[in-house]
Amino acid sequence: MIEAEGLTKHYGTKVAVDNLSFSVRPGVVTGFLGPNGSGKSTTMRMIMGLDYPTRGQVKVNGKSFYDAHWPLREVGALLEARAIHPGRSARAHLLMLAQTSRLPKRRVDDLLELVGLSAVADQRAGRFSLGMGQRLGIAAALLGDPGVLLFDEPVNGLDPDGIRWVRHLLKGLASDGRTVFVSSHLMSEMALTADEVIIIGRGHLIEQTSIDGLLSRSSMQSVRVRSPQIDALRVALEELGATTDSEDDGSLTVRGVDEAAIGDLAGSRGIVLHELSPQTASLEEAFMELTEGSLEYRGAELSEAPLTDGTPS
Amino acid sequence: MTGTLTFAATLFVAGPERHRGHVFGGVILLVVAVVIVVLLVQRFRNRKPIAEGSPTALSHSTSQAHGNGNGNVATVTVSALTLDTPPPSGRYTLIDLARSEWTKMRTVRSTMWTIVVTVALGLGVSAIATAETRANWSTMSPSSIHSFDPISLSLIGTFIAQFAIGVLGVLVVSAEYSTGTVRAVFCAAPHRRSVLLAKILVFTVVAVVVAEFVSFASFLLGQSLLSSPAIHATLATPGALGAVVGCGLYISALGLLGLGLAMIIRHSAAAISTFVGILLILPILVQALPNSIAVDVRRFMPDRIGADMIKANGSNVFSPWVGFLILVGYVVAANVIGAILLTRRDA
Ligand SMILES: Nc1ncnc2c1ncn2[C@@H]1O[C@H](COP(=O)(O)OP(=O)(O)OP(=O)(O)O)[C@@H](O)[C@H]1O
Ligand SMILES: [Mg+2]
Repeated sequence: MIEAEGLTKHYGTKVAVDNLSFSVRPGVVTGFLGPNGSGKSTTMRMIMGLDYPTRGQVKVNGKSFYDAHWPLREVGALLEARAIHPGRSARAHLLMLAQTSRLPKRRVDDLLELVGLSAVADQRAGRFSLGMGQRLGIAAALLGDPGVLLFDEPVNGLDPDGIRWVRHLLKGLASDGRTVFVSSHLMSEMALTADEVIIIGRGHLIEQTSIDGLLSRSSMQSVRVRSPQIDALRVALEELGATTDSEDDGSLTVRGVDEAAIGDLAGSRGIVLHELSPQTASLEEAFMELTEGSLEYRGAELSEAPLTDGTPS
Repeated sequence: MTGTLTFAATLFVAGPERHRGHVFGGVILLVVAVVIVVLLVQRFRNRKPIAEGSPTALSHSTSQAHGNGNGNVATVTVSALTLDTPPPSGRYTLIDLARSEWTKMRTVRSTMWTIVVTVALGLGVSAIATAETRANWSTMSPSSIHSFDPISLSLIGTFIAQFAIGVLGVLVVSAEYSTGTVRAVFCAAPHRRSVLLAKILVFTVVAVVVAEFVSFASFLLGQSLLSSPAIHATLATPGALGAVVGCGLYISALGLLGLGLAMIIRHSAAAISTFVGILLILPILVQALPNSIAVDVRRFMPDRIGADMIKANGSNVFSPWVGFLILVGYVVAANVIGAILLTRRDA
């Protein structure tokens, strides 16, 4: 269980996390989503006591992490993929961590095996690939068999096989009754892994919801309509209280009423329909919509940013 | 490396008419050579590609198909990673942290290298200086023979070794910041000051053992090279034992000063520069002060205190042990400031 209350972090004048309150419950995978620079890593560092909140507080299992008697047995975290001395071996890195919480030495070997690093356990970690570093970080998080786990972008740098493995691991950890909190800026990845999501933008909480809840929101459901009498149809729909958007291809995107109501309306007004198709927004789109306006670092709009200095047509 | 230096020392014995200038030139060349060799060795090791044998089996725990709303996704059975030993009573102690610090220290090569360099430079420079003095003994003036101190001459390598151990002190802290290890450690042990205390304890033991070894070995080697007719000492000579032990303590204290500076500064290069600056640049700056002030300020400087500590009979303002206490004061100050900043700053 992780509970944040009014968590705020300023770096100088920069507000990285702003009055963030949320709770992460055990037994499910909770995704932590937000665009680049939205404050996910900062929040996770505050949970682990690495960064001090400017205001607010966060509790793990009802108490501050500083009060943990055997910290590795309570909370495990993968915060940076390569928080390791390049000259130290994977085994030595895990051993020195294990010793702080008086864990048995064979625990290190068990975890090296679990993450598939046994063969390279005694090599300098500086020569590890990003994916191997990520596995080592996961092993470190699991060392003390903790009930609460934090992963900051755990699939970053992993191959498809590794991504699948992490996905299964996270689900397995949660189904065991642990609290699993995973950050990502990829909604598609979270859709496959998480049961709940906490979405932030510019350090603010935007939404804490279940994945299913996010998908079934009315704003996410729309109907695409084509008709030779599109203008008459639009007027009629707006009278009914629907919102409409004209698309470039001549179709109309209708929200607020379902396809049956649109068909009935068209029939009663004698309007011919060429297409009437319900659309479900992808989670990616849901995410984009929610975080729009809170993008910190936005790429240039591609259609408006010609790569060559062409003359206007 | 020690062998090379002793060999170089014997070369100096063979040429009795050499001047001091040659010796210092030789010392500087040797220092540069050692540094280059160390850097090359490190480079070479870093360049070696990783031996193939990348992670094979992703998991030895059984994966089972497990229907789920999001498609056919298997679930890792986490029983494989269940920790069966119950937690001990109480909470993590300084001893747990010290054990961890010792593991960290012995599992990086830079520790071994800085220790090798400390020993090699300390012994080598002392050997060269004593051998050269012995070779020129017959040409020394009566007044310089009268003021000759065989004890401090044999411990002269201290002034080179202190840099190597200072680098070790800096690196045990700054390398953790530059690599991010420190954050992994604080996630495992959130009581930062206890972590620092454990680090200081472990480093002190290592530094004292290494420094006293260098000190005694330099003394014994140096005295054997200062054979008759040159004046030489034994550990039984009045003041000799104190000077030798003091020399080791001085080197250890400087290692801890490096550690404290790195706690404050956190960056390897900046902390090493500051450390070197205090020992080499600061004395020069002080010399530029009006003479009356300069003398007073100068005797509080670490290197001057060290110079007094390696003499058998201090003719100086501070007795060796008072000097050492002042030095300890600097070390404590640096580490206390470091400890305060440690819990004020984000990790
Ligand atoms: N130590 C720091 N000093 C100053 N600013 C910082 C610091 N750490 C983070 N920030 C700023 O705070 C904001 C939030 O950063 P954070 O790393 O938490 O974002 P994030 O959500 O993890 O992004 P990403 O998806 O790119 O990992 C960013 O604008 C970042 O520049
Ligand atoms: Mg981040």
